[in-house]
Amino acid sequence: MLAMFSLAFMRNAYLAGTFIAIICGTIGVFVIARNLSFLTHTLSEIGFAGAAFGIFMGWTALSGMLIFTVVSSVIVGQMSVKQSRREASISAISALFIGLGILFLSLSNQTSSYATSILFGSVIGIANTDVLRVALLSGIVLLAMLGLYRPLKFDSFDAIGARVSGLWTTAISVVFLVLVAMSVSVAAQIVGSLLIFILLTLPAAAARYFVHTVSKMIFLSIGFALVGVWVGLYLSYLTNLPVSFFIASIECVFYFAALGYQRIHVGS
Amino acid sequence: MTEPLIAVQHLEIAFPNNQVFKDLNFDIQRGDFLTVIGENGVGKTTLIRALLGMVKPAAGQIKYYPNKKAIRVGYVPQFRNLDQEYPLTIEDFVSLNLRGWRPWLSKAERRQVETAMAVTNVKKIRQRPLGMASGGEKQRAYLAQAIVEQPQLLILDESTASLDNEMKYELLDLVQNLNQTSDITVFFVTHDLPLAKQYAKHYLALKPGQQQFGNIADMSVEALKEVTNVSDV
Repeated sequence: MLAMFSLAFMRNAYLAGTFIAIICGTIGVFVIARNLSFLTHTLSEIGFAGAAFGIFMGWTALSGMLIFTVVSSVIVGQMSVKQSRREASISAISALFIGLGILFLSLSNQTSSYATSILFGSVIGIANTDVLRVALLSGIVLLAMLGLYRPLKFDSFDAIGARVSGLWTTAISVVFLVLVAMSVSVAAQIVGSLLIFILLTLPAAAARYFVHTVSKMIFLSIGFALVGVWVGLYLSYLTNLPVSFFIASIECVFYFAALGYQRIHVGS
Repeated sequence: MTEPLIAVQHLEIAFPNNQVFKDLNFDIQRGDFLTVIGENGVGKTTLIRALLGMVKPAAGQIKYYPNKKAIRVGYVPQFRNLDQEYPLTIEDFVSLNLRGWRPWLSKAERRQVETAMAVTNVKKIRQRPLGMASGGEKQRAYLAQAIVEQPQLLILDESTASLDNEMKYELLDLVQNLNQTSDITVFFVTHDLPLAKQYAKHYLALKPGQQQFGNIADMSVEALKEVTNVSDV
């Protein structure tokens, strides 16, 4: 096992993966509480288009992703305050961006293997500078979360109470969507844009069945995400199979175990 | 002599094709237990939204003493969209309304949560997930959250409507106790006239295009029925 860490790219993958698990585990608790799983899925697709655009422009994939996901999350936040309208508008935006992603990839003359690595993630491609970028973005997201923690918690877990108490719920919503967008872009580095929503939804969705305060949910959700990423990377190293497959499988195990626990515990 | 907390003067609220209030006047006195009674659709919730500054008056004004910012408001709604899987414990739910900025709770804030849970009788079930609580327990938890920051004004928006008779009186006993011991002004919106009669000090009866304000002691339930058109009591 230690031999794995003699490889620079594995060390980088573990470092980046740890940051990613921490921010996804944290943000995920609020994504689930705010019923934004569907939006997270769409942001993954938008991220794919952004990455393709970045490459087409000759930038890094991460820069393209950041621009696309942040701008589109603000637009979605502004245009769809009502839940009923949100799903339809997200679907429309999602379709447009997948199309754009395919277009930019084709225009940039990249091989299909590059597209695969954007969609499914790759551990081999993570350089020292990528780790630094991931660490920096994760730091920004975590600091923002610390500053926003109480109002975000109130608005996410009791929207009616928060609105009546005079919180600026629309502003909180937009800032949170930007943080989700940043997390999506960061996490795509490892799990790929297609499976990014796994880390942003499943660990948190599982955690809420085991513990019942926001802080404990955050810690447990980070724990589930960390185990998924660490074990996933190790299994990927051993078998040479895609890391996103292992992470997805492990997180699904946590989630279904949580459902089973709930059924036994509560009998519903 | 009592002093006003809020004075509503010549208030007019209108939506497109629907005038809700015209020339509405009343005071909410400090320490009062004011009930707002009227049929569904007469504008009771709109009035709450106007008091909270969420609806702009077309004319007239709402004056706050000493000013709007200085009046902390607690609010207990009839429903919240919390299903059986709602994960937070009652204690964590109550603490959501604390206004501090740091992620963890200070000692003083913990004490505030303890007090709010104690006076609403939810201390024993503090660790229960709110989604698993009964209707009455949920309403008491909502009340605890509403008073955790020691508001000057407590608004109950049809908060007893979904409760059975016994639980209604239990909740209102708690509210009355808060009104008398903690000097919290209560603004109780309901169409349950016997309940209003038993607990309130003043009433504001709303009928489309009409209003009547006065001491509830001067009115029988039958008389309240007449000034509100509320029949199902």
